[in-house]
Amino acid sequence: MENETVLRVSGLRTEFRTDDGILTAVNGVSFDIAAGETLGIVGESGSGKSATCLSVMGLVPSPPGRVVSGSAIFDGRDLLNLPPEELRQLRGKEITMIFQDPMTSLNPFLRISTQLTEHLVLHERIPKKEALERAVEMLRRVGIPEPEKKILRYPHELSGGMRQRVMIAMALLPRPRLVFADEPTTALDVSVQAQILELLRERKAEMGLSLVLVTHNLGVVAGLADRVIVMYAGMIAEDAPVSLLFARPLHPYTRGLLDSLPDPEKPRGNELAGIAGTPPVPIALPDACPFAPRCFRAADVCRAKTPQLETRHDGTRVACWFPLDGGAV
Amino acid sequence: MSDNVKPSENTPVKGNSLMRDAIRRLGKNKLAVAGGIAIVFFILVALLAPWIAPYRYDAIDLPNQYLSPSWHHPFGTDSLGRDMFSRVIWGSRVSLAIGFVTAAVALAIGVTWGAVAGFAGGKLDQAMMRFADVLYGLPFMFFVILLMVIFGRSFYMLFIGIGAVSWMTLARITRGQIMSLKNNEYVEAARSLGASPFRIVFRHLLPNALGPIIVYVTLTIPGIMLDEAFLSFLGLGVQAPMTSWGLLASDGKNAITSYPWLILFPALTLSVVLFSLNFLGEGLRDALDPSSRNRS
Repeated sequence: MENETVLRVSGLRTEFRTDDGILTAVNGVSFDIAAGETLGIVGESGSGKSATCLSVMGLVPSPPGRVVSGSAIFDGRDLLNLPPEELRQLRGKEITMIFQDPMTSLNPFLRISTQLTEHLVLHERIPKKEALERAVEMLRRVGIPEPEKKILRYPHELSGGMRQRVMIAMALLPRPRLVFADEPTTALDVSVQAQILELLRERKAEMGLSLVLVTHNLGVVAGLADRVIVMYAGMIAEDAPVSLLFARPLHPYTRGLLDSLPDPEKPRGNELAGIAGTPPVPIALPDACPFAPRCFRAADVCRAKTPQLETRHDGTRVACWFPLDGGAV
Repeated sequence: MSDNVKPSENTPVKGNSLMRDAIRRLGKNKLAVAGGIAIVFFILVALLAPWIAPYRYDAIDLPNQYLSPSWHHPFGTDSLGRDMFSRVIWGSRVSLAIGFVTAAVALAIGVTWGAVAGFAGGKLDQAMMRFADVLYGLPFMFFVILLMVIFGRSFYMLFIGIGAVSWMTLARITRGQIMSLKNNEYVEAARSLGASPFRIVFRHLLPNALGPIIVYVTLTIPGIMLDEAFLSFLGLGVQAPMTSWGLLASDGKNAITSYPWLILFPALTLSVVLFSLNFLGEGLRDALDPSSRNRS
C-alpha cells in the first residue's frame, strides 16, 4: 500500500468570518493520502474535519469562509490555487464527494437518471445513452435492485438507504481516484449503516481509489480505515494507523474518545467515561494546547504553548507535550 | 413491483423528460384541462377574428346605438352602434397578445435577474435588487411614457414598455426562492461533481422555484391586460377604433347603470380568461412538482 501519494495537503488553514471574530476552522493541517488508502478523519462537531474536506475540494462557502494558506497537491497541481474552471474539471472526474444526508443531497426535481448522468455527459463527453448504461451498471453494483427501473424514479420515491447508495453511485461513476465521504452513514439506520460501509469497502477495493472518510464515529473508522487522523479544534491531534491508534493511543484526547466507546466486554452498569467540558470555539485561541482545559494530564507548559505535531519513528504523528507512551521517540 | 421486470443488461434505458411527465399529470387535473381548453379557445378566436366576427370592429351603425343584447347583436351595441360581440372578438387579439407577450418579456427578464441576484448574493445582489427597487419607485406611467417618447409609439413598444415595468416582482419572487434553495445540500453535491454556476442555477435551482413563479405569472397576465386598458385610455396604447377587452371594459364602466351589457360582456370574458389562467397555472405548478399529491 505504501506507494505513490495521491494527495498531499500541507499547512492548510481555513477561516470563517463570524459575528464573534475570525473562526479558524482548519488550523495548519497537513497529511498525505496514498493511492488505495482509506484515511479516516475523526473529531467532534466543529473540529474542522468537514471544513478540511471542503477546503481541499474548493467548496468552502465564500463568503464567509476563506482558505487562507496551505497547499493541496493532487497530480502535481495545487488544488487551492487552480483557476476555478480547472478545479471544476477535476471535481466530478478525478475527485468526488459523498455527502452526509441522502435526504437533502439529491435534487427533488430531477430524476435519478439525470443526476447520475449529468456530470458524466458533461465531463467525459460520452453519449447520453452510454452514460445511462454506465449509471444502471453502477446502481447495480451499489446494490440497488432493478436499477433500470429505479433509475427513472425521483429521489422521494426511494428510501434513505437507497438514496445513499445512489449518492455513492454518483460519486463513483466517473471512476475517480479520490473520494471524500463526509459522514456517509450518519443519517442512516444502524443496520443500513453496516451495509453502506460494506459497500464502500468493496467498491473501494475493486476500483483502487483512495478514500477520505470523515466521521465522528470511531466504530466506522475502525471497520474501514487504514489510517486515522484525530482532529481537535481545527488541528491534528494524532495521526496513526488504525490498529495502533486503537491499541495504543498517544494523545489524551484520542484516549478519551476511545474510553467513551461502549465496550461489550465490560460488565453492565458501568457508566461510559465521557470527556468533561466542551471543545473550544476556535476564535482567537491563545497559544496553548486547545485540549488542555479538558485534559487530565495538562501541565503548565500545555497552557503556555501549543504543542507541535511531531512525527515519530514509526511514522505516527502526535501533537502533545505529554504523549501517553511517555514520549518515546 | 415485480411485474414486467425488464430483462437487464441490453435493454436500452429510456429516460422520460420532466416535461412529458408534467403533461401526463396535468391531464389528470380536470380544472386545469378546462382552463387550458378555454385558453386555447380564446387564442383560436383571436387568430380567426376576421372570419368569425359577424361585423367589423369599426362598423358604425348610428341608428342602432345602445341596443340591448339580441339575436342580431348577442352582446348588444355601443354608443356608435358597433356590435359588441364583434368588438370583443377583435379585442381578444390585442388583449391576448399584450397579456402573453408581455408576460413572457417580464418572465424572461424577471426570472433571469432574480436568479442571478439570488444566487450570486453579496454586492452584486444588492446592486441588482436596488436597481429593481428604483424601477419600482418610478411611477409606472412615467416610465412607459418615457419609453414611448424615446422609442416612438408603436404596438411593440407597448409590449416592451409594460414588460419592462412588470418584471420586478417576478425578480423578487425568484430571488427569494433561489436564496432559500441555494443552501440545499444538493447544490453542494452538484458543485462537488463539477457543475458550473450557470448549470446549477438554471438546471438545478430554477425547476425547484417554478411553482410560485408560474402562479404569479398567471396572476400577472390579467393585470397586464388592465394596464393596457389604462394606457389605451390615455391614448398611448391601442388606437381607436381598434379595441381591446380592457378598453371595452373601461369604456363600459361609464354607462354601467344605463347600459350594463357594455361592461358585462368584456368583463365576463376577461374573468373567464383570468380563471382559466389561474386553474391552468395551479395545475401546472402541481404537475411540475414531482412529489405533489396528484402523482400516480
